[in-house]
Amino acid sequence: MPPLDAGVLDVRADLSNTLTQFNKEPSMNARSALRVFTGTKTLENQLDEFLDLLSESSILYRAGLTYYLDNGGSDNDAFQQKLKQVDQMESRADQLRRSIELSLYEQSLIPDLRADMLSLLEDLDFLINVFEENLYAYSVENPAFPKSLHPLMKQLTEQVALSVESLVMAARSFLRDVSAVRDHLHKVMLYEHEADQLALALKTQIFGSELKLEQKIHLRYFVDKVEGVSNEAEDVADWLAIYTIKRAA
Amino acid sequence: MDLTILIFLSSGLFLGWSLGANDAANIFGTAVGSRMVRFGTAALICSVFVVLGATISGAGAAHTLGELGSVNALAGSFMAALAAALTVFMMTKLGLPVSTSQAIVGAIIGWNLFSGHATDLSALTKILGTWVGAPILGAVFGALLYVLTKWVLSLTKLHLLRLDSYTRWGLLLAGAFGAYALGANNIANVMGVFVPSSPFTSFSVGDLLTMSSVQQLFLLGAIAIAVGVFTYSRKVMMTVGDGIMALTPVAAWVVVVSQSLVLFLFASAGLKAFLNGHGLPSLPLVPVSSSQAVVGAVIGIGLLQGGRAIRWALLGRISAGWVATPVMAAGICFISLFFLQNVFDQKVYETAEYQLSPPLIERIAKDGVDPARLQDLRGERFDSELALMRALAERTEMSYRQRFEIARLAKVEPADGGDHLIGAGPALTAGQDRLAAARTAAHPATP
Repeated sequence: MPPLDAGVLDVRADLSNTLTQFNKEPSMNARSALRVFTGTKTLENQLDEFLDLLSESSILYRAGLTYYLDNGGSDNDAFQQKLKQVDQMESRADQLRRSIELSLYEQSLIPDLRADMLSLLEDLDFLINVFEENLYAYSVENPAFPKSLHPLMKQLTEQVALSVESLVMAARSFLRDVSAVRDHLHKVMLYEHEADQLALALKTQIFGSELKLEQKIHLRYFVDKVEGVSNEAEDVADWLAIYTIKRAA
Repeated sequence: MDLTILIFLSSGLFLGWSLGANDAANIFGTAVGSRMVRFGTAALICSVFVVLGATISGAGAAHTLGELGSVNALAGSFMAALAAALTVFMMTKLGLPVSTSQAIVGAIIGWNLFSGHATDLSALTKILGTWVGAPILGAVFGALLYVLTKWVLSLTKLHLLRLDSYTRWGLLLAGAFGAYALGANNIANVMGVFVPSSPFTSFSVGDLLTMSSVQQLFLLGAIAIAVGVFTYSRKVMMTVGDGIMALTPVAAWVVVVSQSLVLFLFASAGLKAFLNGHGLPSLPLVPVSSSQAVVGAVIGIGLLQGGRAIRWALLGRISAGWVATPVMAAGICFISLFFLQNVFDQKVYETAEYQLSPPLIERIAKDGVDPARLQDLRGERFDSELALMRALAERTEMSYRQRFEIARLAKVEPADGGDHLIGAGPALTAGQDRLAAARTAAHPATP
């Protein structure tokens, strides 16, 4: 994956304005029963937007950590901006998730897959929460990664972001083209495996270095936190594989 | 309106209610069972379209049922309808999807046995054939439509929510079609018995609407069906929709369309005429069972998926219900007729006399029977078809069919004529006329 262009990423700062507009939407409950197709379209858009948020937050997460490694955290405006954006996305994703879940239940939609759909939404939302939580942890605790570890850390972050990207693609396929879900799920597994290997290499280097033990443990903790995202993505992918079998029946 | 007619009408309305509670429930069973359509919505649409089907296209499938037996006294008709209704009600209480057609056929046979009328085996075979054919046809339609639908869906790649929305509308439309077909196909079971004695008169509202007395009668029956749907169909809906096999919404749609197609094939006079007109094989117009078509379609889809999801034990209970229904209805009808006749002193069938006239003996001789063997029957009068058929069986090797034909022609027509026919709509009138003409020819000297 090519390095992220900070200029392009900054455009996403405008996202918060768009998100505010969506917040003003009337609830599905208020919609007329006759507007069935309009309601469906709105819900489709909400689901798409929710997945967009997850995808974008993974990109911003990767960009944020890249900025962090290059320039540090607390005084780094670029990093802080990414953190703020992910924070806003997390709030918006929560709102969307609640709204979608409410609509699914209120309108008794997809009765056979509703429970699966709700679990999937919860799991995906959890990933955005983890992104936000991780960035806050970096911002607050300021782990000091030696320069020699930066390339591996960046690779790890990239693999983690790719695993989440593939999961988002799989989730989109689950909604539209169930036959394509597998094509994306196996990539999640692959990226997760790569992330495992990189995390292991990182931890080996950390504990083989001359750093103080408390710093080693601190860095190990952050490596685990980053790698943990791909593990979560893999768990969600496992469940999605099962939902897909039900959906294809 | 004659109070007696009203009292007798009540059993027809009860049968209509049972039909609504059981047969009509099947149409939306899978839609409600899979929680795609709310019960209230399903009941409303089902009721409206059953009423439309019954009043606009009713009586199409009545002819075959009328051939089976002609219940010729109002009290007999009342009891046959009541026996059928009670049987369906009991099955509904058990949550088993049975058929009003099965029950009414059983009740007619019960009346035939009690009154000494012979049962037309060819008509019975035709009806029994549909009881085997309808579920098989339902299964074939179900499996084929399911494969086709899945293929189309794989091409269109619809969003899960859009598919859900389309399926919901599809279920409502297919259910409406099914309810219309059921009304057209089954209303004769409920109200046909009262056609000859309909208390209504035709009326018109400008040029917009003309309702014959039969249509008004069918409307009344259809309303009874609608009440049955609203008040008592939920349990059967859940058995059909969820009990045999858990269905996906798309599979539920396939089931509703399949059973609607089966009902339509057995109810549409227009389709039959079209197929016959193009030299294609057609199906008899028989009131078939929506229950059997639905269960067949569910099984068809289940088998397509390997059959593991099918609850065979419940299917066994349902099948046992199908066998038990006509037998129970016949038994209840026979016993009740006995009480009605002997305890309540009601005339449950018109007595008639049967006689082998010289033209009939000539006809038998043409079939290769020595007329000398029938010498002692010449001039003898029998009080039932079965008695005459027994006498013929003792003296000749004639088949059941041959003896049945002779027995039907041997009836000495009463002066006032006019049978009350159970399951008979206007379609029977031509058949009655032909039979009466044949009888007159067989008894040239009959006053």
